[in-house]
Amino acid sequence: MADHTTIVVSSGDMDKLYSALIIANGSLSMGMAVSLYFTFWGLERLTKKGLAKGPLSRMNLLGLGKAFMKWRMKKANVASLERLMADYRDLGGKVIACEMTMEIMGLRREDMREDWIDEYGAVGTYVRDARQSCITLYV
Amino acid sequence: MGQITIDVRGETCPIPLIEFRKAVRQAQPGDVLVITGTHPASQKEIPMAAEALETKVVSVEGSPDNWTIRVQR
Repeated sequence: MADHTTIVVSSGDMDKLYSALIIANGSLSMGMAVSLYFTFWGLERLTKKGLAKGPLSRMNLLGLGKAFMKWRMKKANVASLERLMADYRDLGGKVIACEMTMEIMGLRREDMREDWIDEYGAVGTYVRDARQSCITLYV
Repeated sequence: MGQITIDVRGETCPIPLIEFRKAVRQAQPGDVLVITGTHPASQKEIPMAAEALETKVVSVEGSPDNWTIRVQR
């Protein structure tokens, strides 16, 4: 198995995005290659609407829970998702966008943050990277 | 051989590791990286990353919430 981490980002929830980007950056920092495969609600976060626009996966409480979490994160000096994505790209992390989800959700390439996306693909592209990976995760 | 200083005091997971990685990338073979921080887990994890990146940990000093680590590329 090669030193590669592949994560499917199917959720657009803010906390799940944090998990994915922290593990992805941690993997890059320890010398591994990384692929993030964005699909369904995860893919929506790659649109120009913004990475942090999703709710919390639990205790969102119509946005109150999320606001509280954001306040706590700010106090703890947690980096923003934008910063984590910028570092991820800077360290050579790869982003794959699911084409089928784009079709289902009616997303066009001009709706997407194309500066973050390396490749548009389907399950074959995911498996190509996942089969070379010693860490594969699904969030 | 040069020295590169990285100050990640006040930063939390995963920023100290990311900044360490960026500095290793920027360093020439033989350069020493001096990284100071206050994030307790990173005191243990930067040496782990240093090993994974095949660099040499020269020293780990201080306490978990105020440390200095020297690594040679």
